[in-house]
Amino acid sequence: MIRFASLLEGLLFARGRTTVLALLRNYFETTPDPDRGFALAALAGRLDLPVVGAGLLRTLASARTDPELFATSYQYVGDLGETLALMWPAEGSGEAPRLSEIVSGLRDTAKADRPSRIAAWLDASPPAARLALLKLVTGGLRPGDMAGPARRALADMSRGHVTETQIEEIWPALSPPYEALFAWIERRATRPDTGGHAHFRPPMLANPLEDAELAALELADYVAEWKWDGLRVQLVGGADPRVLSGNGDDISASFPDLAGALNHGAVLDGELLVTRDGGVAPFADLQRRLGRRAPGRAVLERFPAHVRLFDILCDEGEDLRELPFASRRARLEAWFARVRPARADLSPLLAVSGPDQLRRLCAGTRAGGVEGLMLKRADSPYRAGRPPGLWWEYRGGPFNIDAVLMYAERGPGERGSFYSNVTFGVWDGEVLVPVGKAEPAEGVPIGIDLDGWVRQHTAARFGPVRDVVKSLVLDVAFDGVRRSPRHRSGITLRCPRIVRLRPDKLAAEAGRLAHLTNFLAGDDP
Amino acid sequence: MAHRGPAHPSTWLTVRPEGLYCEPGGFFIDPHRAVERAVVTHGHSDHARPGHAAVLATAETLAIMRARKAAPASGRALRYGETLAVGGVSVTLQPAGHVLGSAQIVLEHGGSRAVISGDYKRRADPTCAGFVPVPCDVFVTEATFALPVFRHPPPAAEIARLLGSLALFPDRRHVVACYALGKAQHLIALLRQGGWDGPIFLHRALQPLCELYGEFGVELGALRTIADLGLEGPGGIVLAPPAALDERWVRELGEPVLCAASGWLRLRKRALQSGAELPLIISDHADWNELLATAHDVGAPEIWVTHGREDALIHALGQRGIRGHALRLLGRGEEA
Ligand SMILES: [Zn+2]
Ligand SMILES: [Zn+2]
Repeated sequence: MIRFASLLEGLLFARGRTTVLALLRNYFETTPDPDRGFALAALAGRLDLPVVGAGLLRTLASARTDPELFATSYQYVGDLGETLALMWPAEGSGEAPRLSEIVSGLRDTAKADRPSRIAAWLDASPPAARLALLKLVTGGLRPGDMAGPARRALADMSRGHVTETQIEEIWPALSPPYEALFAWIERRATRPDTGGHAHFRPPMLANPLEDAELAALELADYVAEWKWDGLRVQLVGGADPRVLSGNGDDISASFPDLAGALNHGAVLDGELLVTRDGGVAPFADLQRRLGRRAPGRAVLERFPAHVRLFDILCDEGEDLRELPFASRRARLEAWFARVRPARADLSPLLAVSGPDQLRRLCAGTRAGGVEGLMLKRADSPYRAGRPPGLWWEYRGGPFNIDAVLMYAERGPGERGSFYSNVTFGVWDGEVLVPVGKAEPAEGVPIGIDLDGWVRQHTAARFGPVRDVVKSLVLDVAFDGVRRSPRHRSGITLRCPRIVRLRPDKLAAEAGRLAHLTNFLAGDDP
Repeated sequence: MAHRGPAHPSTWLTVRPEGLYCEPGGFFIDPHRAVERAVVTHGHSDHARPGHAAVLATAETLAIMRARKAAPASGRALRYGETLAVGGVSVTLQPAGHVLGSAQIVLEHGGSRAVISGDYKRRADPTCAGFVPVPCDVFVTEATFALPVFRHPPPAAEIARLLGSLALFPDRRHVVACYALGKAQHLIALLRQGGWDGPIFLHRALQPLCELYGEFGVELGALRTIADLGLEGPGGIVLAPPAALDERWVRELGEPVLCAASGWLRLRKRALQSGAELPLIISDHADWNELLATAHDVGAPEIWVTHGREDALIHALGQRGIRGHALRLLGRGEEA
């Protein structure tokens, strides 16, 4: 736990991706199994532990500290867990528990006995490890989005023997502490056998297409589809059916209705939607299902899940990803006609005659669960990530971008007690740069409690401004882009408004600065 | 004849706008503005103000005041343990372990004894004489880190973290932000103890005091300056004052690892605000445990608390049967 805690500290203060990767690699190379595997799972938010309520902190504080000293200290420090970790009365000179001991200990200890077990671990740990321990057991460990950097660090550690994509594919099919994965990376064993589990295939993503580029595209080479506004999923049929998120996380438990319909041997790519009266329900309905494990009957009936299919990656064990899109589409249609799967339909192909027709089509797409158009090269193989020139997404205007929440301030007037005035940014290479500031529009339901989120994810305070953990994605609509030498990004958005929060998206998936600077083409320098 | 007991220090040691005043001696202790007569505990600028007419202090503190352009019109040096009668008070200086020349002021008058700690620490520091507890009736203590959340880790462990980072990033310069008086020299000594034999580069603002330490016999080993950086290979340790980190030479270092050394970095928000990638918790002040241990060691029934957050300390002293009392002095800055 001491090593894991010092890794977390290092990651918290690290400034560049190079440092993050070096810290991760050094940790994985010098920490034995099974601790490093549990750390990997915790970093990626994939460590399933029985959660101890935050009430534990108060319980331990009143059992082990002087109430007046605790209150004064808490007022000064501002964080309950940190206060307790720092003023915990023992000096931590014993043998600190290993991360793996904590994981198995929590699982093996009855709920009522957990506080005393945790207190004993705290007694044996130095302060930094006490803080990490308290955050871990109360579910407050938020190392930011470390899954991507961890994959890269593991690939680096293998010295070219295993690629990031290979790790991404196999990781979701394995469970912590991933000893077989480390053995493969260290060439002590061959690629782990995932048994009957069909593993995850990292999804292919589209590049944003601007109006100016649309005219330049050789449209005859492309096939068009709607871009659906739901959750990207991968359906893995077979003996052990799974519903995987675009990130590879297993979300079958949240969607038993879908998982129960996977009585076939295909791996399919599609968009998860909630339907209502035969049509696509608003995104808010889908949010009622997201993150809810084991939903009850009423929820299942009221918000039925449905998948709109657009690709087939595997059929009865045959990997189809190298086939051109047109051939895969033919296989998908034939498969669909043969299997007639429940809770699924095909995303229709759209006729394309020219840029103006596409613009008109796009102009009519604001409703009905559509957020734009997809243009896919008919000869494109299925490639993980965002390969250039193969798939495009076209949204017309007004424009939207996924931005990451960076800072928050209290709103004006009536909103003065809420952190509703936020600064958001997009990726410039490996760093986030702010591109605008906005408040959620009045009366627009944004999905989750923004103020609460900000309070829980504050990393630092600078006067009235809270610097937050960079992990929440916002869907921001805007009318255009303006040059602004005052801003680090060199640009600012015109009339930005927060359309909604996207807790379902990862910060790494947010938009890139180059996409916004494209809007400046043609304007005076 | 009426019998008179010892004169309690509260009858002859009082707070005035300029600072703590010893009436029978006619002098202030660490006054925050210029006065006729002052006794100065140590050379930090919130204790050693410029412009005094006469100052009594250790020779080291007087030299530091001269180096920092805060020299008094006349200075009188006193060795540790040497006693001087000033008016109706006898004044003795005893080591405080804070920085070179730092002293506790021991005052005796009318049969009672008060000790003013100045800033102090209890851990061994090869760059200054170690703290000596002096039994007294009233102990006037600093309280910079007077909350139970402040328990400094062993300095050797923090230095090991710095050396670990140097091993992981051998090609990156490690720039440690630290103050010129005390912290810089303490860090150099700790690095030597930790086995670092690579180069240590000093920002020019740190050089004069390091040289002054050398003149007083504190061995800091070979030191380079940042002007030598261009001649040297990659890596190594650079010490610079926090204000110098915005200067051009830092930008020319490529991808340095910025480090900071202070007791405040124990708190996460402070560490994040510092902007350092490697916050080191190294302090020249007593931590919570040491404040309480010192209260016990000097055996004073009454402790006056200056210079910090007194509430928690007074509460904890009360639990130990010691009367605590907050002394409101103006003009104390926040120290590292
Ligand atoms: Zn000082
Ligand atoms: Zn001070």
